[in-house]
Amino acid sequence: MSTVTLTVNGKPVTAEVEDRTLLVQLLRDHLGLTGTHVGCDTSQCGACIVHIDGRAVKSCTTLVGQANGANVTTIEGISKGDELHPMQAAFRDNHGLQCGYCTPGMIMSAIDIVNRHGGELDEETVRQELEGNICRCTGYHNIVKSVLDAASRMKVAQAAE
Amino acid sequence: MGVEGIGASVVRKEDRRFITGKGRYVDDIKVQGMTFAHFVRSPHAHAKVKGIDATAAKKMPGVVDVLTGQQIVDDKIGNLICGWAVHSKDGSAMKMGAWPAMAPETVRFVGQAVAVVIAETKNQARDAAEAVVVDYEELPSAHHISMAIAPGAPQLHPEAPGNIVYDWEIGDEAAVKDAFSKAANVVSFELVNNRLVPNAMEPRAALAEYNEAEEHFTLYTTSQNPHVARLVLSAFYNVAPENKLRVVAPDVGGGFGSKIFIYPEEMVALWASKKVRRPVKWTGDRNEAFLTDAHGRDHISKAEMAFDKDNKILGLRVKTHANFGAYMSLFSSSVPTYLYATLLSGQYNIPAIHAEVIGVYTNSTPVDAYRGAGRPEACYLLERLMETAARQLKVDPAELRRKNFITSFPHQTPVIMAYDVGDFGASLDAAMKAADYAGFPARKAKAKSEGKLRGMGMSCYIEACGIAPSKAVGSLGAGVGLWESAEVRVNPVGTIEILTGSHSHGQGHETTFAQLVADRLGIPISQVSIVHGDTDKVQFGMGTYGSRSAAVGMSAIFKAMEKVESKAKKIAAHLLEASEGDIVIENGEFKVTGTDKSIALPMVALAAYTAHNLPDGMEPGLKEGAFYDPTNFTFPAGSYICELEVDPGTGKTSFVNFVAVDDFGRLINPMIVEGQVHGGLVQGIGQAILEAAVYDDTGQLVTASFMDYAMPRADDVPSFKLSHTTTLCPGNPLGVKGCGEAGAIGASAAVINAITDAIGNNKLEMPATPDRVWHAIPGNA
Repeated sequence: MSTVTLTVNGKPVTAEVEDRTLLVQLLRDHLGLTGTHVGCDTSQCGACIVHIDGRAVKSCTTLVGQANGANVTTIEGISKGDELHPMQAAFRDNHGLQCGYCTPGMIMSAIDIVNRHGGELDEETVRQELEGNICRCTGYHNIVKSVLDAASRMKVAQAAE
Repeated sequence: MGVEGIGASVVRKEDRRFITGKGRYVDDIKVQGMTFAHFVRSPHAHAKVKGIDATAAKKMPGVVDVLTGQQIVDDKIGNLICGWAVHSKDGSAMKMGAWPAMAPETVRFVGQAVAVVIAETKNQARDAAEAVVVDYEELPSAHHISMAIAPGAPQLHPEAPGNIVYDWEIGDEAAVKDAFSKAANVVSFELVNNRLVPNAMEPRAALAEYNEAEEHFTLYTTSQNPHVARLVLSAFYNVAPENKLRVVAPDVGGGFGSKIFIYPEEMVALWASKKVRRPVKWTGDRNEAFLTDAHGRDHISKAEMAFDKDNKILGLRVKTHANFGAYMSLFSSSVPTYLYATLLSGQYNIPAIHAEVIGVYTNSTPVDAYRGAGRPEACYLLERLMETAARQLKVDPAELRRKNFITSFPHQTPVIMAYDVGDFGASLDAAMKAADYAGFPARKAKAKSEGKLRGMGMSCYIEACGIAPSKAVGSLGAGVGLWESAEVRVNPVGTIEILTGSHSHGQGHETTFAQLVADRLGIPISQVSIVHGDTDKVQFGMGTYGSRSAAVGMSAIFKAMEKVESKAKKIAAHLLEASEGDIVIENGEFKVTGTDKSIALPMVALAAYTAHNLPDGMEPGLKEGAFYDPTNFTFPAGSYICELEVDPGTGKTSFVNFVAVDDFGRLINPMIVEGQVHGGLVQGIGQAILEAAVYDDTGQLVTASFMDYAMPRADDVPSFKLSHTTTLCPGNPLGVKGCGEAGAIGASAAVINAITDAIGNNKLEMPATPDRVWHAIPGNA
């Protein structure tokens, strides 16, 4: 057993966990943050993606110990109160989700993609960048549309700040 | 009517919880005292279970109990059933082997459960499962159809000699023989329809709670049809009587057919929760999903088509072997028969058809309905055959199809189906225009000059949705009726709850069903809530599959709404001192036509519940229910055209354009309909170029993870050009046909027809991987 201390969605968390505990297990089973999902066990599907210190990371293949001291953001932590993150709003407005299971990971991954590309995105880049997120419902068509739409919304939001 | 009514692309009501991480899937649910199950599974494709030693496992930390297959037999829990009785052509019943929830004596596929460990934590259950020692005696196995039907093949079930479940036929063999004797040309073809793994993103899960005092069970489960689950668990598996079993299917992360069936794990969780007197949760991992979720497709077929001298089709002869895996799953028997061979007429006038289907047991995961279920197999066979015919007869593939299209309706095919309405020429015209069919030769020539092989392929599909009526499916062997139920509850304050037996696992019913109510009453969809997925709330229902929820589920709501409106109009007329026939409903108000007199819906509702001033003899309340049983299937149809390029150096396929024109009848929410098509298309494209369940010589599933099974990813597939043509379905009050499966049905043939066109070789099987395509390029073999 080990003690870990980290920040999750802005709140300090200290937990006593088995050394083999995965970050996704801490989030779901200990902290009740069930928006982060597990869709595979091989780091392929991306349903478990969260941000660790601002970077998209697959929490199903991250030991809690690796996140010790880090700042973790989950899908539950990106909206400002009732105001959705532009990526969340874009997924809703463009019908970028159906069953919703891959959606949190898609959104967390997509925010990281837009951040890294500074809002300069085209369809081909989005499709290549989403290679680590699997969706079985949407055929990706509307997910790509959502990410491109969010990229312009985020650019506008940044310019306004 | 209104911005949120039928035909409006309303943003989905359910999305907010999903995009904020507040969805509630089975694994998200925690209950007091919950334990965790982990199954011990067979590593062998075929073996005798000689003994199970759980002594060490039971002593491991946190272990509550280890339960085995023999205990489930001793407790008289029933074997898994197949709910559709199909008979062989000699009239004999299908030959079914027994399928216990955990194997007490013999395992017949890799991954079959033999025991389950119940422990305080997931990790403890998993650790202890490793310590359960099972003594297996390996037996020879046959995972492939050809192995299972070979002379001297290993025998899977004593009940099914030669591993044959049935040898079924449809159509008129003599008429087909006669047609072929008159043929000017015969086109023949052999093809494989590759085995697929459904892979809904949420793995299956079950949380079972037993209340000792009430002798009552609650099961939270990943189901497309919780009422059917309760019925089967109760009536056949002997778990509990229906009134002592509540089944809840909360948010469910995709199904595609795989969550229709009642699997061993859900049964075992229920049974174990009573055994250990603690709630039991099982959440499958992806490897378990690959090994135990019912697979799809897996046919080997021979087909021959006879043409007259004018290239009109005279007859079609098909012989198909269908792989059922090791056991007959819940609806498996109907898939390669009534959902496949009945669609072999496609969009064409075919005077004579005969199909023979041989169902085969093999040492592999059971096979059942997967998105399209039989209809993709029929479409793929027929559309590859049409393309092959066009090439052999040296005619334009579009013209050959057009010449043979059915153009007058209703049309009775030789294989049961009676098509009600359609306009196949209209969708083909629209698709050819959108794909710039005429400009293709120039583009192909240009690509050639750039060293690329460009191809175009089409597929004109028809499918049958909303399987019905119940009497007809019953006469064909179905063990259930295929109606749907609905209840409309107008609350005393005028808000509305719609209880439906349909279940949404991505389809957006909370929005589209509310749109129907909004349309009829002229109220915002925010005033309407959809209740589904809980046997304690909804009286009964058949669930969601086979693209039935709009055609059948919404029609039931329509019928219940008519009853509610009729009663509400009587109340309004009474209150307004007007004649009932003069009351119209507009913008949430009941108006006396031609006057300025009106009363708002909440006031009518309140009057119904206070019952202070109702017409004489009227019962209080405003709540009505309906059961709706359609008169026929619906027949969505359309044309897909795919244009792509093959790199001759690598065999890699790149999409240039993909056009889909569908006729779904009336569209409730075009945005959601298009989303359904996108998803279906990618599953069809996945089958065509990426996906295949591959077994090795010993029956191990070597594609049992996302590292090994090629799921379509964003960079594998194109964006799509969609449009619609419309003929309204006359068989239901909404004129809808269903859109959930079309993409998966029509896409794969269009892709393969395009690749074979590009490389100039018709011999190519799915998935057309770069390796296969490269080898198929003439000169490369």
